[in-house]
Amino acid sequence: MKAPQFAYRAPRSIKEAVTALAESEGMGKILAGGQSLVPTMNFRLARPDMLIDINRISELDFARPENGKLRIGALTRHAAFERPFFEGPLARLLADVVQHIAHVPIRTRGTFTGSLAHADPASEWCLVACTLDAEMVAHSLEGERIIPAAEYFVTTLTTALTENELLVEARLPLLDDSWKHGFCEFNRRAGDFALSMSLVALKIENGRIAEARIGIGGVEDKPVRAPDAEAYLIGKTGEAADRVEAARLASEGIQPMDDMHAPADYRRDLTRAMVRRALERALAR
Amino acid sequence: MTEKLDVTLSVNGKRYEMKVEPRRMLADAIREECGLTGTHLGCEHGVCGACTILMDDKPVRSCLMFAVQAEGAELRTVEGLAKGNELHPIQQAFWDHHGLQCGFCTPGFLMLATGVLEQNPNIGDEELVHALSSNLCRCTGYQNILKAVKAAREEMKP
Repeated sequence: MKAPQFAYRAPRSIKEAVTALAESEGMGKILAGGQSLVPTMNFRLARPDMLIDINRISELDFARPENGKLRIGALTRHAAFERPFFEGPLARLLADVVQHIAHVPIRTRGTFTGSLAHADPASEWCLVACTLDAEMVAHSLEGERIIPAAEYFVTTLTTALTENELLVEARLPLLDDSWKHGFCEFNRRAGDFALSMSLVALKIENGRIAEARIGIGGVEDKPVRAPDAEAYLIGKTGEAADRVEAARLASEGIQPMDDMHAPADYRRDLTRAMVRRALERALAR
Repeated sequence: MTEKLDVTLSVNGKRYEMKVEPRRMLADAIREECGLTGTHLGCEHGVCGACTILMDDKPVRSCLMFAVQAEGAELRTVEGLAKGNELHPIQQAFWDHHGLQCGFCTPGFLMLATGVLEQNPNIGDEELVHALSSNLCRCTGYQNILKAVKAAREEMKP
């Protein structure tokens, strides 16, 4: 189908965009890559009165490492991460994960922060933000607000952003060379939504795990961490028995969704496999 | 009805001026306002890839953009591939390797493959399969499409 009618604004600055957002009194939507919003409008599931297209705001078009963080502006497309554009484990992690996001033409348009604002439970970037404790930078007429990942994700398609806030940037911690990552996702066809996925980042010191981050996506209404498994791995070498036990702990700590795509038990079982394989991949690097 | 906007599109190097509603899909504007009906609409929600075109040389879904958003960009559609009667190497390869049957998905595949090969002329077989998995074909079973694109990869090497 075709999208319903809407008024169109194409601001040239963040200030103009948040002004338009405030004036729409909650009925406006930000249009970035549009790879989730536009299909939703074509299905008539979303009927915003106004679209505020941020694609012509040049001050949002940046992605660079700075002061220990990777700063990702709101116009950074998924495709920007396909080839590492800075040094270090984080660039490799992002280049690995991006291959699992939809397809080439979608990655040309879709944006990193757009995915975070949409907050689909099966979003790979939301999983990255949760696992690495990203910071989300929101602007409104009231000024700037920084929201940590732990407070940002609320539930399916719902974040801590208010209706007057524009997500202008996400910041990820630059990982030093002692970090290794592993990612594993299960879906029925390439590019489909994950039924379960896991992203693991491990800090290795003297052959042992000094810090562990285990994120799980596509399973609950938002990406989650596996605190029991993370704690269990500290001080371990990460040999096969450690990986199996960490995966078991992770799969028992979740409350999986039960829907037409997969029953909860199946998602739990898949998660055990995803975490174990993500750990294997991290430690094989 | 919402107010119509003045939009100028540049498609295959030619300028098209139009007045369209903000909700006018880019794919519809290309077909209806520009009269270039080679770009097809299948699913209208970004899944099938029949509407794939090149925007500033990169493949995009023209059903997931509004026409007004494409102002200032250089668009390329299937009509821009051939030079007169001479087929583009990707078109010739689809012909030679029987990469189409009904032809509905073909313009989308041609533009996707052109964009992918232009950006990465030495793309590996595995990465190529992954890239082509973006578009759906309900006739060929994909093997001949893959053969055609691999042949075009050799032809198009700079």
